[in-house]
Amino acid sequence: MSPTNAVLERVTRVPGVRGSLLISATDGLVVAERLMDGIDGRAIAALAASLIQRLVRATAGAGMRIPTFVHLRGHTGSVLAAPGRNDLVLVALAGADANLGLARVEMLDAVGRLA
Amino acid sequence: MTDDIRALTARLADEPSSLAFLELGEALRRRGQLEAAYKVARGGLSRYPGLADAHDLLGRILGDQGDLAGAFDAWADALRFDPMRSGALKGIGFLYFRAGNIEAALEHLQRAADIDPADESIAQALARVRAASRAIPSKEPEPATDTIAPAPVAAGPGGDGDAAAPIFSAPENGDQGVMLVDGNGLRLSGSLLSPANEDVGDRVAAELAGVSKEASRTAKLLGLGAWVAIAVESPEGNLFLVPPTPQTLLLTVRDPSLPMARLGLIAERAARDARAWLGVQE
Repeated sequence: MSPTNAVLERVTRVPGVRGSLLISATDGLVVAERLMDGIDGRAIAALAASLIQRLVRATAGAGMRIPTFVHLRGHTGSVLAAPGRNDLVLVALAGADANLGLARVEMLDAVGRLA
Repeated sequence: MTDDIRALTARLADEPSSLAFLELGEALRRRGQLEAAYKVARGGLSRYPGLADAHDLLGRILGDQGDLAGAFDAWADALRFDPMRSGALKGIGFLYFRAGNIEAALEHLQRAADIDPADESIAQALARVRAASRAIPSKEPEPATDTIAPAPVAAGPGGDGDAAAPIFSAPENGDQGVMLVDGNGLRLSGSLLSPANEDVGDRVAAELAGVSKEASRTAKLLGLGAWVAIAVESPEGNLFLVPPTPQTLLLTVRDPSLPMARLGLIAERAARDARAWLGVQE
């Protein structure tokens, strides 16, 4: 198993996480993915990339560096994103019952190892 | 200094390891000597970090001091060591009420009432929160505990308040670092300074234009329901975005040392203030 797939596997094993993927932040394309059946990785990649780009601009406007972690919370689930180096972003889709604290720790650790 | 405080102080001086600090801290708190009460409680906690009574005491003192986030943490610690601590449940219930989370407030107060059905103050708090959940939000009831004074109701756009006056009533929600933005990227209230102390409010407000729509679109298309919040961690600060109304966005920024969950609580409270200021009935 490649290092990339290994980190995706580790994130996806967190209870409540329905899948994870590595995307390109600039163009919103999927680099690698590990998702449950029925989840469209391309849609997640495009939407997450667009949202992150906006948030990167907002934090830059506030005189801050690129975010290290982003959490979009909806009523029935969350999108988590950990921007890394080389324009890559690790993204996870989680259900409302997910262990978000563990997912965050795993993702930050994974992004650090991918860098 | 009253006799009881003098006696308790002497007792604690004679026996520093005694539990007299609990009585002394409470006596000082009731007399309004909050700084002294805080020091006594902290001193006791350094000796008894696992004592629920001490965390509960600290929660009441911090609540009186207006540090509601700190009070929340103290009461949460009290419950960690004693899940049946009705005072801590009552305190947290009130904080949830202040944050606008009526459901969680009722849940905590009901648990407190189940544990201590003889405590009339809990039954009264429960009744008030239930009544408030059916009432107009500006008619906020008296606090559910005797430890915290209610925040003043902010003057809305239609009121006679100064438009530049702060709208965020909680002590830690001074308008600095809290900003209300409309859907066109224009700042409605609040301000934001960069880490270099530059006023970046308008620039950030402009960048936030469209974030609400983007978040809404993302959450909907990914089957997450309506979006509730966006938490952003950055080395220089943590940001928390919530939509007080579909047309507005509230940004709260704090130092990264503040836990994100606590920032979320602050943001929820600020959003409630913002809705009241905008004249939106909850």
